[in-house]
Amino acid sequence: MPGPMKIRATMHDGYTDIRVLMNHPMETGQRKVDGKPVPAHFIQNLTVKVNGKTVVEGQISQAVSRNPVFSFRVKGGSKGDKVQIGWTDNKGESNQTEAAVA
Amino acid sequence: MRALRGSALLAAAALATAAAPVTAQDTKQEIQKYQRMTAESSPVELWELQGADLWKRKSGPKSASLERCDLGMGPGVVKGAYARLPRYFRDTGRVQDLESRLVTCMTTLQGLTEQEATKRVFGNADNPSDMEYLAAYVAGQSRGVKMQVSTKLPQEQATYDLGKKLFFYRAGSWDFSCASCHGTEGKRIRMQDLPVLSEPEGARGTYTTWPGYRVSVAQLKTMQWRINDCFRQQRFPEPAYGSEATVALTMFMAVNANGATYRGPGTKR
Amino acid sequence: MNEGRRVVLRRAGATGALAAALAAGLLKPERVLAATWNTAAFAAKTPADALKSIGAADALDSKDVLIDLPQIAENGAVVPIEITSNVPGTTSIAVVIEKNPFPLAGQFSFMEGALPYVKLNVKVGQSSVIRVIAEAGGKHYAASKEVKVTIGGCGG
Repeated sequence: MPGPMKIRATMHDGYTDIRVLMNHPMETGQRKVDGKPVPAHFIQNLTVKVNGKTVVEGQISQAVSRNPVFSFRVKGGSKGDKVQIGWTDNKGESNQTEAAVA
Repeated sequence: MRALRGSALLAAAALATAAAPVTAQDTKQEIQKYQRMTAESSPVELWELQGADLWKRKSGPKSASLERCDLGMGPGVVKGAYARLPRYFRDTGRVQDLESRLVTCMTTLQGLTEQEATKRVFGNADNPSDMEYLAAYVAGQSRGVKMQVSTKLPQEQATYDLGKKLFFYRAGSWDFSCASCHGTEGKRIRMQDLPVLSEPEGARGTYTTWPGYRVSVAQLKTMQWRINDCFRQQRFPEPAYGSEATVALTMFMAVNANGATYRGPGTKR
Repeated sequence: MNEGRRVVLRRAGATGALAAALAAGLLKPERVLAATWNTAAFAAKTPADALKSIGAADALDSKDVLIDLPQIAENGAVVPIEITSNVPGTTSIAVVIEKNPFPLAGQFSFMEGALPYVKLNVKVGQSSVIRVIAEAGGKHYAASKEVKVTIGGCGG
């Protein structure tokens, strides 16, 4: 498996930029292998928290690309702020990671 | 009726805001934008991170990591090594590229046989190969480094010369050579401009995008894979992994790319 | 879907404790998922139905909703889109890919200082208009851009 999620959070003029790299098949359920459809398997919910406070909640579908990458922005912020991002998928699997704003 | 008029207005507004590219230049610009934006939000770094883990992981009969692997700058020196490959290695007595050198280290340091080390070099989207992770990691450690592949040693010059000869050598049932697609300006396949890899400009722009994450298949593809697939497309026989021919072709393109700054594993369609 | 129900559905997963427990894997996600994933909206097969199910049938085009994307995609598996809403008080952004079999690709809610901005990669099955909806103060504001999807190179 490619490495777990990776967050890159950096300070900009007046806002914090948060980029998250995820590894997930984001299988649509339409693809067929040897005539049999590969079951849908995709992230449905993601949550972004800064210093424990939820700032973004996303509901996404199988239309998001495989190995999703998202960018978000939060007003203000400072170096060292703790960013936590978690996801859950349609199979009930989940993952999360955290990083400090650089 | 009101609802219809409203939606017709919306449709007209939508069409007005979406100006389709009209000229070849517009098309080229939009494709470059696609390449830039996908590179900016690429998951390829996850492969580098996993490769870093594998590099340090003890494995094989000798239960050893690859941390003492000599990629040409001394045992364990990874930073900048990729920008200097391929190169001649005294211990094996031959010019090697990144991937064949990784095989050498897996056999000498970790105790794998060559067959074991090359059993599964090309992975798939659900299960990438160790080689793909390691290639991404090592290449990533040359991020920001200028391509500086040397041909000072006679073996290196000979490898470059062989690569050049192979590049222009027509063979196979369709009488193709690499140059058939990559030897002349202005060639295109569908919407992709084909880079001229025998010249610095084309080589610098393209060689430095490998290894690269292919979004169309969600896989990290290496240079050995690229050459293997080019051979397939030319209806050539399949080359052996890390063979003299593949290393020579890599050498030819890498030297042609000298001077370009390597920016880490690329992201491509 | 009426306003009251939608607010409840969104709030159900929005509380910090619930989200934290979910993210920490401490909760059985299936039960929470049912409350926080808009199944009906994601199952909509037309853009109009998708918009209706997120309460945005009234969306009017606005110059304050900005989409940046390449007009040509070398491959439809990954189309990068960058969305900014300059509509004051924007609380959410939704992405609709009109020609996809299920047009709604995602909806993002912003709170506690998050800017109404998101960049993501989406799958676009065939050349299509991508429509972005920002919600602010109960009203909806939209923008559209077209992307031409191509299959590149030697097809490999």
